[in-house]
Amino acid sequence: MTAMKTISVEDAAAMVPTGASLMIGGFMGVGTPERLIDELVRRSTRELIVIANDTAVPGRGIGKLIGAELVAKVIASHIGLNPETQRQMIAGTLAVDLIPQGTLIERIRAGGVGLGGVLTPTGIGTVVEEGKRRIEVEGRPFLLETALRADFALVHAFLADYAGNLSYALTGRNFNPVIAMAANTVIATADHIVPIGVIAPDHVVTPATLVDFLVANG
Amino acid sequence: MDGQIIIAKRIARELRSGMLVNLGIGIPTLVASYVPTGVAVYFQSENGLIGTGSLPEEGMSHPLLTDAGGQPVSALPGASTFDSAMSFGLIRGGHLDLTVLGGLQVDELGHLANWMIPGKMVPGMGGAMDLVTGAKRVIVAMQHTAKGKPKIVKTCTLPLTSLRPVDLVVTEMAAISFPQGRATLLETAPGVTVGTVLEATAANLVVPSQVGEMAF
Repeated sequence: MTAMKTISVEDAAAMVPTGASLMIGGFMGVGTPERLIDELVRRSTRELIVIANDTAVPGRGIGKLIGAELVAKVIASHIGLNPETQRQMIAGTLAVDLIPQGTLIERIRAGGVGLGGVLTPTGIGTVVEEGKRRIEVEGRPFLLETALRADFALVHAFLADYAGNLSYALTGRNFNPVIAMAANTVIATADHIVPIGVIAPDHVVTPATLVDFLVANG
Repeated sequence: MDGQIIIAKRIARELRSGMLVNLGIGIPTLVASYVPTGVAVYFQSENGLIGTGSLPEEGMSHPLLTDAGGQPVSALPGASTFDSAMSFGLIRGGHLDLTVLGGLQVDELGHLANWMIPGKMVPGMGGAMDLVTGAKRVIVAMQHTAKGKPKIVKTCTLPLTSLRPVDLVVTEMAAISFPQGRATLLETAPGVTVGTVLEATAANLVVPSQVGEMAF
């Protein structure tokens, strides 16, 4: 397998234009590509649309983008542990779409695997149903939840090889392998980058062909 | 006994060996501390872990091993990790035997509201809607009243978490179940009379001729 040329974190973040939509891995900041986020903050890339599980806490992961007021819209399942997200939402400077966590990840998965959407029972009869189509399948009601895609997926792995194969550690996996399927450009960082062949085929979770750019370490 | 411990201990008695169980944050998390001797359950963290253990000892935490609140946890031998699509597939797909969640209101049909107070608290539903919709059994762990106002009401005034009714509500005063879809007083906490429970409850509560006392 051919090695991909790693790029610097500066060059990686420079690819992201003002107003880009970003899927960002991580759950409360665990498994988030912090170095890419730090560089976006340094560059002050504005008007971002962030699709992620949550907005972490101030000063951590996506919380840094929120704190620097670089985000115009968040699509997430939970913002409760970041008071700054709530402050900007109430002030009207940040649009927030709250989506049930299982629905959010399935909408992203659908976007990555060529489906138009998914049918889920979650949200039936609640405010989540507003504006959505209800579809009965064999007598059971479901909501039609449409697929989500983004311009970029910012992925963080535990191991990457120089071909771009990725594997994850413990609860750092979360949204990462799913968003790696659902964006036009996939940029990955990893705790460790190892020679091709070190990650056994059975342990590769995200195949190299999905990764467009691997950010060099150090 | 502290009210929260009464709730946690009573709910822990619902655990059976081999169950896959998801505990919400707050009082539900306490349930893990009172698993009966001889009962072995699997705890799931919805951020992608089955086999969640206790708080790690000093020096034994790992930055990539956390619970759904982002706090360090341990993983028991035999634990497994997976992505969020798998995690919610387990929850929605009928693979989760029990979820224990906090509550803001439960109404007399068993509907739960636990994710927002319009104009005051909008944290997002996180995994709550999927958990209540998909788990085989749903137990609510909450205080019976909030600032003296009943939380068990005729009809929820706060936005619902799911149309699926919960199975059991445990408070520091009572255990309430929903046979035939009606809120029914199952047990009272030690030292609490049926009258006291009814006074603190706004829902029409079915009171059977025999109401047991919570045992732990």
